[in-house]
Amino acid sequence: MTIQTSDVLGHFGQYGGRFVPEALIGALDELEAAHNAAKTDPVFQAELAELHRTYTGRPSIITEAKRFSEHAGGARILLKREDLNHTGSHKINNVLGQALLTKKMGKKRIIAETGAGQHGVAAATAAALMGLECVVYMGEEDTRRQALNVARMKLLGAEVVPVTSGSRTLKDAINEAMRDWVTNVATTHYMLGTVAGPHPFPTMVRDFHKTIGEEAREQVLALTGKLPDAVLACVGGGSNAIGIFHAFIPDAGVRLIGLEAGGDGIETGRHSATISGGSPGVLHGARSYIMQNSDGQTVESHSISAGLDYPSVGPEHAYLHDIGRTEYRAVNDDAAMAAFSLLCRTEGIIPAIETAHALAGALVIGNELGPDATLLINLSGRGDKDVQTAADYFGIPL
Amino acid sequence: MSTALDVVFEKVRAENRAALIAYIPAGFPSKLGCEKAIKALAEAGVDAIEIGYPYSDPIMDGPTIQEAAEISLKGGTNAADVFSALKVASDMGVASVVMTYWNPIEKYGVNEFAQSIADNGGSGVITPDLTIEESGRWLDAVGKSGINPIYVVAPSTSDARLTQVTSKTGGFVYAASVMGVTGARTNVSVDASALVARVKKTTALPVSVGLGVSTREQAKQVAAYADGVIVGSAFIKLLLNAKSEQEGLDAISALAKELALGVREGR
Repeated sequence: MTIQTSDVLGHFGQYGGRFVPEALIGALDELEAAHNAAKTDPVFQAELAELHRTYTGRPSIITEAKRFSEHAGGARILLKREDLNHTGSHKINNVLGQALLTKKMGKKRIIAETGAGQHGVAAATAAALMGLECVVYMGEEDTRRQALNVARMKLLGAEVVPVTSGSRTLKDAINEAMRDWVTNVATTHYMLGTVAGPHPFPTMVRDFHKTIGEEAREQVLALTGKLPDAVLACVGGGSNAIGIFHAFIPDAGVRLIGLEAGGDGIETGRHSATISGGSPGVLHGARSYIMQNSDGQTVESHSISAGLDYPSVGPEHAYLHDIGRTEYRAVNDDAAMAAFSLLCRTEGIIPAIETAHALAGALVIGNELGPDATLLINLSGRGDKDVQTAADYFGIPL
Repeated sequence: MSTALDVVFEKVRAENRAALIAYIPAGFPSKLGCEKAIKALAEAGVDAIEIGYPYSDPIMDGPTIQEAAEISLKGGTNAADVFSALKVASDMGVASVVMTYWNPIEKYGVNEFAQSIADNGGSGVITPDLTIEESGRWLDAVGKSGINPIYVVAPSTSDARLTQVTSKTGGFVYAASVMGVTGARTNVSVDASALVARVKKTTALPVSVGLGVSTREQAKQVAAYADGVIVGSAFIKLLLNAKSEQEGLDAISALAKELALGVREGR
């Protein structure tokens, strides 16, 4: 199987590309050039690696989840602990890379969108570390659902702008960030938080996250002497999934399985499972799978996890899906919350609710593959931010 | 073959003035209200009308057009309404084009969309988020249907890229006056005249300026150097703020008459 890693125009098969106002082309070209230069610049790479060693806490460890595994058909379960990174998720990998690029481009201001607030917190962190002005756009609905993260961003010195247009969630925050960028592009870098958006974002953000899979591949080989049978990750925009999948793409024997947010169930229409339940279209600057009606208008997504609540997905996932290299399944809210609770009680790890979708997938896939199988799961984030949501869900009075 | 839009620009060139181009979203303020607004604008002397296809995620639009699009979508506006609005305008004898984000075209069917524009008397389509790199199928379709592919350029567009974009453009080049989204502005930036001059070095096509124009004085200033003056948010604001639909229609008619004077005073 020949697998392309995007052409010069940022296409993954028929997906990706650039569907943006002409006003942004210059900035996207500038960013692409900066990213390409950084890839082969030993000084940039050393600076980023040092930051990851001394600030992020890389490499992140892997943890064998022996008690959890008893509920997953006895399959060996290995967790890649991105939750132990500074700021509590994989998001820091991308923001440190983009913040360094921002400085290289001579820009002093960054803007970011956020849904659950994890990327917003990571962006505000990177901005504080590097002395950049930071404005985070967040749907008004999400600022209420994730008040703690709003406070974190403010403590870190960022301005948080509640977005009141459209559905007042992540997709509208991206729209508003794009409008800001069109207006202030000369001075501002848009620090997009996932592997979506116009070229070069899907490629660049993947490159900043692929260290997850590179580390994990070595760690699993060292521990077990062989490659895992399957690698699992939750998929909203798809950044943590592409990050852990990428190093395994050439390993044909390793199944790569993305778990999307099934919400109330795909059949109800109230979900965020873009690949499982959507269709090809263009949103936020790229062609991918999107959730849309018969007129091509975006349909609102739903998930208990604000971080997966997004009606599109990275174009590389769309391509890998179509060529059959990756698989995607939907996990409903209830199954995700059951897996969330199980990991808390069997391993003493409170995962992010996003991540709990991958854990729920592991319970099913472990049973399918049996006790001889090894599953590697990207534990993409920790659940501190989700305590309120989980307490409400499980009826724990606060 | 010339479109009605091409004919409009020949006419205004002969009259040594700029064309007045008005924007209104289909289905706004209501389906019937939109028809009435198109008629009012045509009767007040606009030369061409852009029918906006309301879209759920309008990243190039400011709050005014966002609000209008939301109202229109809540009223159930779809492609059929866009085409029927287009037909109202062309039946009134003004040149008509559609302005739409890309995804509704792709979902409708690229060839079918272009042909429906032509079938309803439309002259072309403005595609603000379609880059020339992604335009292969679209340019084939507009070529077959004989309509104008109208691209938007910005002050940040390099000279080299202007040449590439205008070489694919038909009808007119849409010059965004400022770096930013749609919406009335007190000052139409000096960037606009510089951009028009740069565009004209790359093409013989007419160049129209949009983003920010709302008054007769601004129309006059822009008409001094551009072939067309595009006004959108100013009309929509009047319709949004009116106490009744009729009051709104009267207000846009009065503004259109003022602007029609402005585009004749620039040279």
